Amino acid sequence: MSPNKRTPLFAVHKGLGARLIPFGGWEMPVEYSGIAREHTAVRTTAGLFDVSHMGEFEVRGPEALDLIQHLTTNDVTRLADGQAQYSALAYPHGGVVDDVLVYRHNAENFMIVVNASNTGKDFEWIESHNRLDASVENISDETALLALQGPKAATILQPLTDIPLDSLAPYHFTRGKVLKVDAIVSRTGYTGEDGFELYCSAEGSEPVWKGLLDAGASSGLLPAGLGARNTLRLEARMLLYGNDMDGTTSLLEAGLGWIVKLEKGEFIGRDALLKQKKEGVRRRLVGFEMLGRDIARDHYPAFIHNREVGHVTSGSPSITLKKNIGLAYLPAEHASIGTTFQISVRSKLSEARIIRTPFYKRAES
Amino acid sequence: MTPTDLLYTKEHEWLRMDGEIGTIGITDHAQQELGDVVYIELPKPGATFDSGATFGSVESVKAVSELFMPVSGEVVEINEDLASGPEKINADPYGVGWMMRVRLKDKNETVGLMSARKYDEFTKEE
Repeated sequence: MSPNKRTPLFAVHKGLGARLIPFGGWEMPVEYSGIAREHTAVRTTAGLFDVSHMGEFEVRGPEALDLIQHLTTNDVTRLADGQAQYSALAYPHGGVVDDVLVYRHNAENFMIVVNASNTGKDFEWIESHNRLDASVENISDETALLALQGPKAATILQPLTDIPLDSLAPYHFTRGKVLKVDAIVSRTGYTGEDGFELYCSAEGSEPVWKGLLDAGASSGLLPAGLGARNTLRLEARMLLYGNDMDGTTSLLEAGLGWIVKLEKGEFIGRDALLKQKKEGVRRRLVGFEMLGRDIARDHYPAFIHNREVGHVTSGSPSITLKKNIGLAYLPAEHASIGTTFQISVRSKLSEARIIRTPFYKRAES
Repeated sequence: MTPTDLLYTKEHEWLRMDGEIGTIGITDHAQQELGDVVYIELPKPGATFDSGATFGSVESVKAVSELFMPVSGEVVEINEDLASGPEKINADPYGVGWMMRVRLKDKNETVGLMSARKYDEFTKEE
């Protein structure tokens, strides 16, 4: 086993008293002041995450667009310059290689952002299908990524950047300066709140991190770790690769049909996904709430009529909603809203009910 | 600071002796590892357990952890305040965050437990 990698901000996290844990081959801050406090800060004011472990690839050249269209399930031709798109890389059988964000700088210059633990695998996957010889470069090591998330994110960031944030719509991005550091500022995130993801150089990350925390302190900005990131994304029903989907689950089973554009023409996995869509999937990822006080966790088995029929993929207390929630794969015929089922919690069965997701949706401002 | 008047287990429980009654909780190290505690499951008074047996569980936002008996005995009282205020375990693990009191079956069992100094050495090595 190689030792865990560290982001450029590792020493800064240590200085802030973060608890650091191994995560997907990285040593990452899981919490600073407590998951509940950090979670609530993101929902009510703002939180700042170091997510520099994420992978970034640059895809360039006249063949870049065709390569990405061939590799991803969403329709990349719908992107305008300065627009980002949630998408996925699929295997020929319809399983998920990874879920990704595709950024279009222009028709011959894209950035693909991938999950940290999949960076190596994804890069090999893309290169092995690069029959068109587009230029594909892994820029993960020299790229830092900070996520400023929460209702006060724009208020905190605006005085520190030359980019007019009012004109930056969700899932759009632009280049500019943040605290004098060159950055790509993207109105995206993984929390269900308004917010920004800031891509900058590894050496630029420390002044940006510290400058943001200083400027945001009076607004209630807190550094936030992977613990809160997980509880926030679950409330917003944003999926976690490796938990809620992987090579053995299809995008349609995971409820990601909206990023599968079967009508766009050929792409890897299309035939399998088209067949699944016609025949219907056998299981679905559902959102549930626990009816008692028990907390369901990843991998707990799910039962219907005393028969084991599936398992929990993500589960946690919802800090915002004050109840226990999760996601589970259940047979399609038992996956309707309102259905009750049981989850085995430490060898006793606890009642759960399928409910609408996202569990939490922010009020439209 | 690890209180020096308590005894400790390798599973991070503490035991405070008072005659034949022992009070049980989890250590500051344990609550820090768990993070925000949201729920605790404790037995009912009258239940008896052997040393090392699971007597309940504590749930934090990110994980669940089983609780192990430091000694054999009968539960005589549980901390009812934790049902509505499990965060007391984070705030004051050696004080208001206590979990239950037991009547020891055999006081000699405490010989196998660690002192504060030994426990601190143990957690440093972990």
